[in-house]
Parts: sequence; structure tokens; C-alpha cells
Amino acid sequence: MLEPHERERFERLVMPHQDAAFNLARWLLRSREDAEDVTQEAMVRAYRFFGGFQGGEPRAWLLQIVRNACYTWIEKNRAADLMTEFDESAHHSSGATPEAAAVASSERERLMKALESLPARSREVLVLRELEGCSYKEIAAISSIPIGTVMSTLARARERLQQTLRPAPGKEVRRDV
Amino acid sequence: MTCEHSGSLLHGYLDGELGPVLAAEFERHLESCSQCIAQLEEQESLRSSLRAAKLYERAPAGLKMKIKRQIANTEADDEQWSWVPIWRWMGASAAIVALMTMSYFAAQRMLTARSGVQEAVLTEMIDAHVRSLQPGHLTDVLSTDQHTVKPWFDGKLDYVPAVKDLAENGFPLVGGRLDVLNGRSVAVLVYGRRKHFINVFVWPETGKESPVPASGSRNGYQWNYSRAHGMEICAISDVNAADLHDLSELLQE
Repeated sequence: MLEPHERERFERLVMPHQDAAFNLARWLLRSREDAEDVTQEAMVRAYRFFGGFQGGEPRAWLLQIVRNACYTWIEKNRAADLMTEFDESAHHSSGATPEAAAVASSERERLMKALESLPARSREVLVLRELEGCSYKEIAAISSIPIGTVMSTLARARERLQQTLRPAPGKEVRRDV
Repeated sequence: MTCEHSGSLLHGYLDGELGPVLAAEFERHLESCSQCIAQLEEQESLRSSLRAAKLYERAPAGLKMKIKRQIANTEADDEQWSWVPIWRWMGASAAIVALMTMSYFAAQRMLTARSGVQEAVLTEMIDAHVRSLQPGHLTDVLSTDQHTVKPWFDGKLDYVPAVKDLAENGFPLVGGRLDVLNGRSVAVLVYGRRKHFINVFVWPETGKESPVPASGSRNGYQWNYSRAHGMEICAISDVNAADLHDLSELLQE
């Protein structure tokens, strides 16, 4: 479907962002296995639609496709994940595996669990900013939200992350679950 | 009690996304707000621990190989199928989604292609509008009285914008503000519309070329650009396009 030089362009412009694609999918889906499937599907989709891309930032263009593929996947396979958006107490128990509830053995694990406990939309914006280093403008394009919303979502996500990481004596009980 | 700035604005500052004027203003605020200083420090340490934890996960080599192979096959596939309806196996809905995606990008591209300057001015204006909605940033002079707002601009700019209170027409004047657009200071009049705010940028005509398209919308914000009495006027808001058009007509009278 694509001309040879288009294929070369795809390999040059889009393929280098496979890591970014995988990283976003991994954090949105909270699973490496599922992220592999969805990344693969999104890359192929991007390749098919590459005719529609002629300028702009290829990373943002690809990440927009990956993000949409992830939400489609979540809706189909784990619709409950999106509900936790509105229920702050639920995502601790629902998404977390027994390991997640166990005492985090290292700082890295502690941060990982905290990040995974955030609602999907907050996690998405935070990962794009802190791990991927995207500007507000890029995040707005990837997530299809106004720039002002990027700023307020980030504020909320970071504050929540801070709260989760703060030692809360009331939550100690979970360790025994 | 938490400082109102410790919300969004502090994070915009932390991310270096506020722009020079607002960043300087926030730094001035920091001089007198211990709460924001503490919060900023806490956020900075959270950021450095996130960095130290190296949470970024790269695509496994096996996945990259799989993708490469599948893309190679996709091409072969498409060649083989190119003379039969290729959407058949994708399903009609997928085709519609694909078309919509492509036309969306095409539309975006056309908008961008029109002019890089237009794009930059528009982005600046939308950003300024969004910033103005942060607590304490809407107005420098808060008054519903046009005779207070107009003289306020006197001496701050090399022109004085016409200021009308349009409360009778459903657009009460809220106040005025200075903002920076395209490298120069401009007057901004703020009007209310039900519970929404409308920023009206006013500056003297600079040339025949209009710096933004006459009207349009992006990310949920509408704009309406016009000229009257030697001034260029651009209204921007999240109210509907019809309301914005009405206001624009009233301002041109």
C-alpha cells in the first residue's frame, strides 16, 4: 500500500519511537504482556495510516494512535479500570495484584505501585510528562485535551501520587491481605 | 488552608510552561508564600525520585522484531489485496474511523499550512486565555465600569482601546488586563457570558494580513477575529461560536 520511499520514511520517522509507544502502553495497561500486543497492533495501524501523516511531530502522532489503541483495548477487556476514575478508593484493591499489596521491597517498586494506582487519565498525562518528557502542547495533542486541562490534570496526578507515597498508618492493614 | 497558586500554576512553573511574564509573576509570589515554596520543593523531590527510579520501560527486542516482520508482511498483504475491496476485512466501521482520522489530520495540516505566524499567534492567544482562567489572572483592573477600565490602560500602552460595557446585551464587562501577544503588549478586555469569560484582545492594525483566521475553534476554545476603527480585535472563549460572533459585532459598532 505504501510506496517504497514512504516505507523508508516510516522506518526513519516513526519506528524510532517504538520505545515511547511501548512505555506509554505499558503504563496505561499496567502489564508488559498486554502492552506488547497493543503496541504491535498500534504500530501496524500507524503504518497503514502513515499516508495521512505528512508533517508535525511523529512521536506525538504515533503516541496518539497508541493511546487510542490502549483505551479501546481497556474498554473491551477491562472496562472496570476506567470506572476507577471516579472512585478513588477502588483502584487500590481492583487493579492491584496480591504482590502489589505486599510491602514494596524497594523505592522503585514503591513508586511503580503508586503510579499504577493512579486513575488512567492522570497516569497517562504524568507518564507523558515525567517519563516521556513531552511538552504541555504535545500532551494536549496526544490526549486530545486543552492545554489548561493538561496543567490541572498534572497537578492532581502529582498531588495524588504524593499522598499515596506518604506513609499512611491507616493503610498498613493492606500488607496482611 | 492551601494557597490558591499551589494548584495548577505551581505545576506549570515546575514544568517551565508558564511563559516569561507569568513565571516572573509566580516567582514574585514565591517570595512571600512559604506554602508554595514547600510544595515546590516537595514536588521537585518527587520528580527526582521518579527519575532515579528509572521507570521508563523500553520495547523488548523480540517485540521490535515482531513488529518489523509484521510490517513487512502488511505490505505484501496489501499488494496482494490491492485489487479487491481492501476494507472488506477491516470492516466498515474501521474504514470510517480510518477516514475520519485521515481527514482530521488533513484538516489540521491545512490549518497549519496556512501560515506559521497565524499558528503561533493563535496558540499564544489560546494559552493566554487558558492562563487568564487561573485564579487571580483574569484581570489587572477589576471593574464593570468602562470609565474605570479605559483610563487604566492610559500610559501602559501606546494606544487606548475603546471600552464598552455591554451588560445590556448580555455581555457584562468584568475588567481589563495587559497581556503579551506576538512580542508586544496588548490590551485585553474581559467580558462575562453567563458563567463563562471571554477575553478580547485589542491592538492597533499592523497590516493587511490578518494574524489569525477569521474564526474557528480548537481544543474547545472558539475565536472570532475582526477589525474596526483602526484596531484589530480577537475574542476568544469557550462560549459557543454564535455568542462570540454577537459580541464581535457589538464591539465593531
